[in-house]
Amino acid sequence: MNIGEQHPDFDLVALQAGDRAEFALLVEAYSGQVYRLALKMLQNPQDAEDILQETFIKAYKALPNFEGRSSLSTWLYRIATNEALMFLRKKRPEQVSVDEPLENEDGDERPRQIIDWCCLPENELMSTESRANLDHSVQQLPDGLRAVFLLRDIEGLSTRETADVLDISESAVKTRLSRARFRLRELLSAYYSERMPSAV
Amino acid sequence: MGKHNHDHQDCSYLLSSLSDYIDGSLEKMLCEEIERHVADCEDCRVVIDTLEKTVYLYHTTTAQEQPSVPMDVKERLYKRLDLDDFLIKPE
Repeated sequence: MNIGEQHPDFDLVALQAGDRAEFALLVEAYSGQVYRLALKMLQNPQDAEDILQETFIKAYKALPNFEGRSSLSTWLYRIATNEALMFLRKKRPEQVSVDEPLENEDGDERPRQIIDWCCLPENELMSTESRANLDHSVQQLPDGLRAVFLLRDIEGLSTRETADVLDISESAVKTRLSRARFRLRELLSAYYSERMPSAV
Repeated sequence: MGKHNHDHQDCSYLLSSLSDYIDGSLEKMLCEEIERHVADCEDCRVVIDTLEKTVYLYHTTTAQEQPSVPMDVKERLYKRLDLDDFLIKPE
């Protein structure tokens, strides 16, 4: 469930008029999701805090021009994602961001690890160490793929909403999500295969 | 991929549809094609199962985490936004 579905009712007129109490409700409702997205994009609590603050400062300033063509949640995700991607672009200018070309599309998805680790017990798949590995694996995705994966599979946005947030086509969202999932599958396969009974 | 008797090109051809397949958003005819293929291709079955499990693990761990902002981070956010008056502190 995404945040728009959880908190659909805000007084938009009050928000656009600069009502601080209404804006505080907006911050209270959405700051958790914005912070989580920023933390998973950047993996640094201080950087995530900066993105959190910038997102709501920009949102407050831009609210009078909010046209309501998307939900408030999608709009906030858009500001936060742009802030995070801009931050990464400044930090690592050599890495292309969400606009990266889709070269090697087929090659990236070709599975290399063919090991069936699904039979591992849940407590092994979801151990503290395994959870840390899930996070670490997401960090290994290129920025553009990571943004799509986080919005779709972690924040639960639809393909259409993700396309709106990133200003790309729905077909590009699907392609990038597929590439991200296949890359993660490879990384998880390598990790879990070492924990298979036959590997011990 | 594959230690089986069918045309290996089928595996590569179907890979691009698997993400939609596990989301349940693939058209019926393609789903049936994938299912027919997997019945004869152990490697592709493993790829689908582990791809599905990968997404499941991320969905499950996310569902178990309540998104929240640490109190000190929240305090600084409200202060920066000049919303200190509206910050609800836990008892």
